[in-house]
Amino acid sequence: MLTTIRVNGVDHDVDVDPRTSLLDLLREGLDLKGTKKGCDHGQCGACTVLVNGVRINACLSLAVMHDGDAVVTVEGLASGELLHPVQQAFLTEDAFQCGYCTPGQICSAVGLLAEVAAGQPSEATADLDGPVTLTDAEIRERMSGNICRCSAYPQILAAVRRAAGAAA
Amino acid sequence: MKPFAFERARDVDHALSLAAVSPGARFLAGGTNLLDLMKLEIEQPPRLIDVGRLPLADIAETAGGGLRIGALATNTAVASDPKVRSRYPALARAILAGGSVQLRNKATVGGNLMQRTRCPYFMDAAKPCNKRLPGSGCSAMDGLSSTLALFGASEMCIAVSPSDMSVALAAFDAVAETVRADGSVQRRSVETLHRLPGEAPQVDTDLAPDELILAVELPPPPEGGQAWRKVRARASYTGALASVAVAGDRVALGAVAARPWRARAAEAALADGASPAEAAAAELASAEGEDGRKALVRRLAADVIRQAREGVGS
Amino acid sequence: MSTVRDWAAPNPVTENRSGLIGKPVDRYEGRLKVTGTAPYAYEVETPAPPLFGHIVSSTLARGRIASVDISAAEAAPGVVRVWTHLNVPAQAARGTRLNPRSQRASNPALESDRVEHYGQSVAFVLADTPENARAAGGLVRITYEAESADLDFLSSLDQAGPAPGEEDARIGDFEAGYTASEVTVDATWFSPLQNHAQMEPCATTAWWEGDKVVVHTSIQMVKGGQHALAETLGVPSDRVRLFTRYIGGGFGGKGQSYDDLTLAALGARETGRPVRVAYTRQQMFQATIHRPAVQMRVRLGADRSGRLNAMALEAVTHCARNAPFVEHAANFARNLYAAPNRLTGHRLVRLDIPHAGAMRAPGEAPGMLSLECAMDELAETLGLDPIELRIRNEPEVDPDNAKPFSVRQLVRCMQEGAQQFGWERRNPVPGAVREGRWYVGMGMATAIRGNFLLPAKAGLRLTGDGVATLTQGMTDIGTGTYTILAQITGETLGLTLDQVRVELGDSDMPPAPGSGGQFGAATAGSAAYETGMVMRRRLAELAAGDPRSPLYGEDPTLMDFANGNIVLGNRSESLAALAARAGPEGVYVEGGISPAADARDWSQHTYGAQFAEVGVDSVTGEVRLRRMFGVFAAGRILNAKLAKSQITGGMIWGVGAALTESNPVDPRYGSFLHQDLGGYLAPVHADIVNLDAVLLDEADDKANPMGIKGVGELGICGAGAAIANAVYNACGVRLRDYPLTPDKVLAALEAKGL
Repeated sequence: MLTTIRVNGVDHDVDVDPRTSLLDLLREGLDLKGTKKGCDHGQCGACTVLVNGVRINACLSLAVMHDGDAVVTVEGLASGELLHPVQQAFLTEDAFQCGYCTPGQICSAVGLLAEVAAGQPSEATADLDGPVTLTDAEIRERMSGNICRCSAYPQILAAVRRAAGAAA
Repeated sequence: MKPFAFERARDVDHALSLAAVSPGARFLAGGTNLLDLMKLEIEQPPRLIDVGRLPLADIAETAGGGLRIGALATNTAVASDPKVRSRYPALARAILAGGSVQLRNKATVGGNLMQRTRCPYFMDAAKPCNKRLPGSGCSAMDGLSSTLALFGASEMCIAVSPSDMSVALAAFDAVAETVRADGSVQRRSVETLHRLPGEAPQVDTDLAPDELILAVELPPPPEGGQAWRKVRARASYTGALASVAVAGDRVALGAVAARPWRARAAEAALADGASPAEAAAAELASAEGEDGRKALVRRLAADVIRQAREGVGS
Repeated sequence: MSTVRDWAAPNPVTENRSGLIGKPVDRYEGRLKVTGTAPYAYEVETPAPPLFGHIVSSTLARGRIASVDISAAEAAPGVVRVWTHLNVPAQAARGTRLNPRSQRASNPALESDRVEHYGQSVAFVLADTPENARAAGGLVRITYEAESADLDFLSSLDQAGPAPGEEDARIGDFEAGYTASEVTVDATWFSPLQNHAQMEPCATTAWWEGDKVVVHTSIQMVKGGQHALAETLGVPSDRVRLFTRYIGGGFGGKGQSYDDLTLAALGARETGRPVRVAYTRQQMFQATIHRPAVQMRVRLGADRSGRLNAMALEAVTHCARNAPFVEHAANFARNLYAAPNRLTGHRLVRLDIPHAGAMRAPGEAPGMLSLECAMDELAETLGLDPIELRIRNEPEVDPDNAKPFSVRQLVRCMQEGAQQFGWERRNPVPGAVREGRWYVGMGMATAIRGNFLLPAKAGLRLTGDGVATLTQGMTDIGTGTYTILAQITGETLGLTLDQVRVELGDSDMPPAPGSGGQFGAATAGSAAYETGMVMRRRLAELAAGDPRSPLYGEDPTLMDFANGNIVLGNRSESLAALAARAGPEGVYVEGGISPAADARDWSQHTYGAQFAEVGVDSVTGEVRLRRMFGVFAAGRILNAKLAKSQITGGMIWGVGAALTESNPVDPRYGSFLHQDLGGYLAPVHADIVNLDAVLLDEADDKANPMGIKGVGELGICGAGAAIANAVYNACGVRLRDYPLTPDKVLAALEAKGL
């Protein structure tokens, strides 16, 4: 099925099997293997990408659903040699070990910062009527859709905090 | 995943007309539950009708002072909506307790209502399950799953609905508006949208194959406090062991039945002046199942009712 | 044979003149990982477009395949091959070892009609796309003849027999000592079956170059994987080139190869195309190894002052019928506390379920969940602080063998931890602290884990650009191997980190044992250090013997290495110049490490103290971590940042073990209840609140030339027990059945009328 999709700023016209997930299109069709397949069922977050600026699980979406969409993957975050502030913060804070969940964690954190800036609440938001502030509890809850079995959570928290500070 | 035909609906009429001529077809919105099940070949629709881009995502106040939420509004959009946050905080809380941000960014209100049970024996195509394969038996009945129905189960099926959102919607007396290919519009209570299993657990809802959810309508929030709580072993990103939503004098229980369970006995007891604990006990009197599960729901319901009454917030 | 005395003299690592040792530098391969450009096994570029394999798994626990119908699968779109036991290409019989030195024997896939566990591979599909392969897998029709199977651990305890080749360890007379004790504890703990749940599923990419197969696979042991595949294919091991450069988590579960490796190699050979095969998440649960359940009876006998007189830990655990494995859950206790009368041992139940195997801190991880709670119970009975009880039982020498400790800072770990955690604020009366609907409590436990050094080699090349490249058939499973080897090499040769490269995970490189048992850093690192020293001698000799060198004619043993130069007095020459003169290939040396002959004359362990504060929801029984802190002593630390990451990661595994992780076997089917990450609850970010750790200054000069020890498994040891003890302190409920899920906590609260 003919589908046009923009990935990391580049338009691709692809003929995809309707069964192909967005994740498999990225990995197999477009050879962007930075986005990882951890569970293929939306239960780990390793496949997190940004679609039209919003983070989703690429495994639970069909490529054909994204005709005309703009996707950003971990490969699209850095500006040449200059890492995205979230990538740099993950490196500085050692917010990963095996690295397999890391692209998803990083895309997730990028999405998180935008969601907080937009005032979207989370389960950790004490006052739904008030402004959203990025407390540690907020970061932990909002990053809970990305499992890290190496369990770099304290370091991920520090990295998101650092990146948020850099963005502020 | 079995091969299927994929079609993007141009408008609602197009979606409905495709559904009317495609036996076994499914509407596809966010896809977070349907695609999950298709990968496991638990769902094998020959055709997917992508309704994801239909203009059904508005959240607007109704003439009657309530709220109309388009079926394609994402979970995130609903929970972030200022009207929902200020007037239906228990709904916002329930949505935010479900899944992960990534899932809520994709999942829609209509899809959430249509999601199927996460009973581990339903999710494993190698196991007997009357909901998946009628007549094959129920593996959950004597199985190891810790989240079985306390209300409304049958000999055929003891699975529970996994939806957190619908528990709050039931407490708000929400109604789902649907339309069929012949143009007929129906209004169905969210509380009873899902059937109890009875003799036919394979049929989740009363919706016809060509029936599409257009919106969910909330009446004005009731007088009194609201509260929501969800119990789970892990602090986030997991299904409820039990949940409770309270809106005014209405109480709904989650993860205890094939549908969000309005605790009518508890509500009646409260109306008669019973304490929260007495009301919770009255509801659980008719529950069937393991004592520990009953104790959890009884204690939780009493506490959440008390919390709503004290206006502690949720 | 070397002796630990050889390691006592100062050396470049212990002198650490450049300061690279211990420095919290960023992860060597970090940039690749944060940009998504580190290729994991499934992702490596192939020389031609690949085919995709999908494995079909058994839905029977034990019996035989009665019939097979692959016609629909073969006719499905894009399908290239469909194999079952009836038509899979020939492989060596299971257990074959053509080369007696092979570290692993033949491990054939689809070998026969026998089914020995649920999830076993029974068919394999190769197709042009992943979608077609998987869909065709669903079309393979297999019927089974079931045979009776033993599937339920707890109902099979009466079948428990001795662990093969093992006897109980007895010192003194436990029974007499226990009976004579003034105060006793006798209780039984249950630690459930757990899964590794690495984020990267097992995967292989394979292709053939002539009669040689190239495989990229996700495995912790390079040689083990290479040998297993060579034996299975019936070829010499030099016809298998195995790469494992980036590994998405191992934790012991990838200590061996699985059918993805075998079937990818066979598929590539038979089709002439590269092949990619990955396990599904469901197959990761059902078809790879797991940590077995452990039932542990602990008996402690003490006098009124708290001195232990008798201690027994008796473990019953399980393994697959034809794959012996013992979870040595009682062993750690042998070295931990003084008690004159001692008994430790293991019994084993054989089950028809997937293979049990090593998972992070095998033995200690489940074992310490019992003794460290029993000590808490004893302390309470005696009215003693749990730390004081442990101090009173701190041995002078190893109580198991009377050997001196190489270094043991357990008491200091407890005392520093108590101070930094605020242990004195703990109210010893259970259930006394309440915040809103939460019961709040604190608990502590100790940690102990052995230290090991295995033989290993490394290669080192210095080239004319002044860059030193260390090569080793070693793995980095997220532990930081790349980084610490770069630091060691840099410090040894007086180079900066940007002058050092590290290449790992290639079976053609000098061999190292791989990652496991927290021996990786000490073993691979010591080999890198020794190889660096070989290079120093070689370069010094080159300089001394080369008239073009300013150091010509000088005594090579007096030459030093600093700032990229070889130095003697005020004369020096750059390593780059030396290497350039040696030729286009530069200078290459190999070196290695062997355990010292007398190293085991000392008792060598890593130690720690774990502290936790939890809240228990008085309404629902939910347990939530409020804070956690650990103090650890594990020799010289090579990289403060990465070591801490290892330690806190381990502690978080302890949180999972205490609160959420369990995978029961459904005794009707032989399958695990949970076969995905939605059901098997590894901790998520929200579970981990205010968790931190510190590592004490230490150097263990009996461990290896650098005085370092492992940290990968220490963090999990005792962590779950600290949480269970905190739960008790919070609400007065002693639960001995892990994990402490809300249903169990609530039932106990109800039983107490709370």
